[in-house]
Amino acid sequence: MILYVISVGLSVTMGLMGFINLAHGVFAMAGGYVFATALGRLGLPFPLALLLAFFITGLLSVVLERLLYSRLYNAGELAQVLFTIGLIFMAVAVARAIYGTLAPPVFLPEYLKGQVHVLGRDFPTYRVFLILFSAVIIASLWFGVERTSWGAMVRAAVDHRAMAQSVGINTRRLFTLTFALGSGLAGLGGGLGADIIAVQPSYPFEHLVFFLIVVALGGLGSLRGPFIAALLLGIADTACKYWIPEFGAFLIYAATIGVLLWRPMGLFGTRV
Amino acid sequence: MSANLTGYTGDPRIRWTEWLPWIVAGAAFFLLPEYLALGVRILIFILFALSLDLILGYAGIITLGHSAFFGLGAYVAGCLSAKAGVSDPFVQLAAAAGAAGLLGVLTGAVILRTRALTLLMLTLAITSILLEIANKWTSMTGGADGLSGVTVAPILGAFKFDLFGRVAFIYCLVALFLAWLLVRRLIYSPFGAMLTGMRENTMRMHAVGAPVYLRLIAVYTISAVMAGVAGALLTQTNQFVGLNVLGFDLSGELLVMLILGGVGRLYGAFIGPVVYLIAQDYLAKQFPEYWYFGIGFILVLVVLFAPGGILGLADKWLRFSKPRSSARASAR
Amino acid sequence: MAAVLETQKLCKSFGALTVAQNIDFRLHAGDRHALIGPNGAGKTTFVNMLMGALAPSSGRIYLGSEDVTRVRQAQRVKRGLGRTFQINALFKHLPVLDNVALGIAERRGDASHVWKPAFLHKHIIGETAELLSTLGLADDARIPVKDLPYGKQRLVEIAIALGLSPKVLLLDEPAAGVPSMESERILQVLDRLPAEIAILIIEHDMDLVFRFARRITVLVQGEVLTEGAPSEIAHDRRVHQVYLGEQHHA
Repeated sequence: MILYVISVGLSVTMGLMGFINLAHGVFAMAGGYVFATALGRLGLPFPLALLLAFFITGLLSVVLERLLYSRLYNAGELAQVLFTIGLIFMAVAVARAIYGTLAPPVFLPEYLKGQVHVLGRDFPTYRVFLILFSAVIIASLWFGVERTSWGAMVRAAVDHRAMAQSVGINTRRLFTLTFALGSGLAGLGGGLGADIIAVQPSYPFEHLVFFLIVVALGGLGSLRGPFIAALLLGIADTACKYWIPEFGAFLIYAATIGVLLWRPMGLFGTRV
Repeated sequence: MSANLTGYTGDPRIRWTEWLPWIVAGAAFFLLPEYLALGVRILIFILFALSLDLILGYAGIITLGHSAFFGLGAYVAGCLSAKAGVSDPFVQLAAAAGAAGLLGVLTGAVILRTRALTLLMLTLAITSILLEIANKWTSMTGGADGLSGVTVAPILGAFKFDLFGRVAFIYCLVALFLAWLLVRRLIYSPFGAMLTGMRENTMRMHAVGAPVYLRLIAVYTISAVMAGVAGALLTQTNQFVGLNVLGFDLSGELLVMLILGGVGRLYGAFIGPVVYLIAQDYLAKQFPEYWYFGIGFILVLVVLFAPGGILGLADKWLRFSKPRSSARASAR
Repeated sequence: MAAVLETQKLCKSFGALTVAQNIDFRLHAGDRHALIGPNGAGKTTFVNMLMGALAPSSGRIYLGSEDVTRVRQAQRVKRGLGRTFQINALFKHLPVLDNVALGIAERRGDASHVWKPAFLHKHIIGETAELLSTLGLADDARIPVKDLPYGKQRLVEIAIALGLSPKVLLLDEPAAGVPSMESERILQVLDRLPAEIAILIIEHDMDLVFRFARRITVLVQGEVLTEGAPSEIAHDRRVHQVYLGEQHHA
């Protein structure tokens, strides 16, 4: 589920905006660090730390988007790929310089620790919270893209930028905000998941493949797609690790290749 | 960029400047004997970068998984020696080339129908699978500990790999020289012109009746073979194989080298690894924290301001420094 | 006379949107045939299906007597089908010579040579140069296409298609976006094309259509509205309605 929140952010930037953003994990990592710092060193309450993870990452992404990303919207795929790989390298170095190579500890508040009793079985409270929280985010995002004028404007701007501009949509601001939202979501995901997926400098590299798989499987420009893909991957991954631990990773990759060959645009892709 | 150096308008004769890299390499052999190990590494990476340049720079295939072929070549050579006791260097090279070529045909046939992000993902997934295999199949590959115990018999039964890397250097230099002749020939040929056509406009290549898909597989396979040979050379000169030869980082680093030198230019693949590896050797030891930041920063700068890499900059600079003569040349 | 290109009940739909419906169409050797119709009538889609760039939903396509509905684009080109693109689809960083030579090399089967330099394939360069000079492009051979004026770029489009020695030539808006003075030049080139080639032209410039075509098909919303000689089409009330109706909307 965490990976979903992160990946859905990527689906927003990559799918809706059509930018191959390999540096998405950087924002997730940033969110994770902000979250852990806010909780641990500053002793802020949990909800506030989450908000901070979302907004600071969003803000950071605005700066990067305005300064750098926006120059490459019309550039080729290669330039976008290389540029974002460059960003990853830089972010990894910065993270290492500030936080060292160890993951900062995450102090969860008391009310999210322990177990809850549901349907006769015990579940860790935090995981239940994560699932519920992600569901809320998914619902509101879906509503945002499919049902609001913001969503319509973004989709229009991506389809035909000049046209959208000529009917009075400020595409520059729209893209910046959309990018910030996508990155903010990554930050949020990174923060939420910090307890489960350790935040380390190598984070953007290690999980890059996974984010990309989720987005590629789910299909660009769709919110439902990455959600289902993340869910399937999560279940498949766990199942494989349980039954055939030796070959878990193979099956995930093989499945990815299979699905992409079968439907190059992903399971729910709309853009050609 | 305006002048097309290859294709039907490009004069294929070797210009004197094109001998410079070989003169430099020869001079380095005699003048810098203590740096030969680094030199060997550079030569291998030039070969590797050249193979990537062929598909990325000329044919326009974007891949994040080129290390699959390099790694496969490295492991095939290593396993032959360490597990099967085949120590003849040429047999190892041939086996590595064959295996990488086979992987190139098979994966190419599967993935080259797709484009853009999907293609990127597929290349990444294939490398990841190979990495998993190498990681899990410890009895064959040594897993995370790496594969040691690689032995290489003297080349032609006469030249034994020495501690100073003299034989290794010459060996790799000869391999690179042959590869250079081949690639150069290839890019000046109609096939090479056709590759540029596919990069520039695939739709049009279809419309003039080119079997685009088959040609892509062909060039992908040639490139895979070269990468496999480069990998085998690394194994033979290091006498060790580590999991990193299959890593995504390696593909990333290779891209950086090529971009730094200048993609789509034969000699971009030469300049890039030289600059990158020398800088790495020098800087990474002194400022390990800043090294990654530095590469990232340079990559961003190159993408934003110098898409042609170092050679692209050199071109521009040459044009500015003698605007008259070049204006006359382009007016003709 | 047998048709060199024929379609039978050709259909194409994207989901609920039908862009071609039961198109029956015949082209004979030496024909000068125009396909007109309002924007979005499905003209380019039709060309894409003829070429094999797009698979039809149903119906058949014949080249000569052979059913090529399932034949790949590259093979159709080898069998004598050539096209130009509505939007410039040139190799814009390459010189004019290379743009045309790439196609000629494909036709002559030299394109997969990996050893002998392209520069020394004199027969290809010679044929290219000859073709360029008949189109008045000889002086531009070494200039990258992107540095040419737009009108000349359109001529390069035609040159690439001609280099394939097509029996059937599909011209998708050869004069689109070209100033009227230069479109005269394009018409001259079209008039001088070898008489035996069957030509299908899509064009919005009615002046050019009526001067060039000897037969016209009108396509509206994916369906053939009518077909006939230019004089018949010019006086057809339904055609007037379609075009006037379109003007009312605009």
